[in-house]
Amino acid sequence: MKTITFPATNKKLSKLKAGELVLLYGTIITGRDQVHKQLADKLRLKKKLPVNLKGQAIYYVGPTPCKPGEIVGSCGPTTSRRMDAFTPALLKAGLTAMIGKGNRSKEVIKAVKKYRAVYFATIGGAGAYLKKKVTSAKIIAFPELGPEAVYEFKIAAFPAIVWIDSRGKTL
Amino acid sequence: MITAKNIADTVSSLCIRANTVLRSDAKKALNRSCACEKNAKAKFILNALIENYKIAEKEQSPICQDTGITIVFAEIGLQANLKIDIGKAVNAGVAQGYKKGYLRKSMVKDPVLRGNTGNNTPAIIYYSFIPGKKLKLTVLPKGFGSENKSKLFMLNPTATPEEIKKTVLSAIKEAGPDACPPYMVGIGIGGDAGKAVFLAKKALTYKIGFWGETSFYKSLARDIYKNGNALNIGPLGVKGRTTLLGVNILTFPTHIAGLPLAVNFSCHVLRSASATL
Repeated sequence: MKTITFPATNKKLSKLKAGELVLLYGTIITGRDQVHKQLADKLRLKKKLPVNLKGQAIYYVGPTPCKPGEIVGSCGPTTSRRMDAFTPALLKAGLTAMIGKGNRSKEVIKAVKKYRAVYFATIGGAGAYLKKKVTSAKIIAFPELGPEAVYEFKIAAFPAIVWIDSRGKTL
Repeated sequence: MITAKNIADTVSSLCIRANTVLRSDAKKALNRSCACEKNAKAKFILNALIENYKIAEKEQSPICQDTGITIVFAEIGLQANLKIDIGKAVNAGVAQGYKKGYLRKSMVKDPVLRGNTGNNTPAIIYYSFIPGKKLKLTVLPKGFGSENKSKLFMLNPTATPEEIKKTVLSAIKEAGPDACPPYMVGIGIGGDAGKAVFLAKKALTYKIGFWGETSFYKSLARDIYKNGNALNIGPLGVKGRTTLLGVNILTFPTHIAGLPLAVNFSCHVLRSASATL
């Protein structure tokens, strides 16, 4: 199985083909609905972002609260489609990969191709299984959003399927 | 004697149980599907889903991070003689369970202005009356990825079973890979718009393999199941023969001018738990 370590360059990601099952490693950030709205608003108003998107992968997730002694709570992906309207702006700002579940809009497919990014789907509903693939987690932005805050995750052998590759091909 | 504390404690433990222990019928359906699946990627995913519910049960962790909007069916015995505010007690139980079980709080105060309520209340409570002295509580934590795919169709009264089947299949196709297939499909037919939607949701609390109340509806549900699995959506949309875990239909008499049809989806994490006081 191919592996990818984040942050990753477009060049490395361009080797991936839609439909491939891969294992992800390295450091990624999380963000879902409200974070996308706020980041896209800030980009539009040319304000400074509270997180660095360059070369980053964003994982669409809102984990359950951490039990004592746990690294992170259950943390499977949420539906990617709801992020579609904000995604092209984030890709333009340097984001190189997204991890979620389900299909994306035509606009997102076009933007993925344009910015040579990749969209991965991981295992929806497998929150307990996927938390085992997270080796560290800390909140780095938007703590006021509770489960929707931005976390920095370190991941190891995190399974994902290449859903849209950098040429705009989909599964 | 049923007290407010009884109700709250029961709801609290039902919230935790439903979210951490997958229903036995859902476990069986996942294992059966995994054994029959030929597509390698689909099989990899089904195996991960089986491992997922095992980890969740062992560690008492939520099976899915979306621990849902909490739907509670309260079936109240007419002779139970309850002199307490059941709604208040149920909500106290939800708040207690979501805190104690480290479940995610996903409810916002206002649908437009948002703002998390911090304890996953209020629950959506459906009250009904049954004979006897007991109180039956069923908790259905409903993830919203699948809830967002809900559909209501106001069909013509002359619609045939074939049209009903095609309409449900179109809803499954539209849900596609987004809402964590393999799906359990709840179908409500008849009543008014609201009743059909209610029945579609209630159908999810019936076991996989219930299909329907009569042989006519059982065979319609089986037909939808067979054709739904032939859509080749597969687990999470990677294709394969496992698109549905089951189909349950509930019905109610309706008006001469209409045929309401509602579809409610559950992801593969089909959760609910019941207790009787």
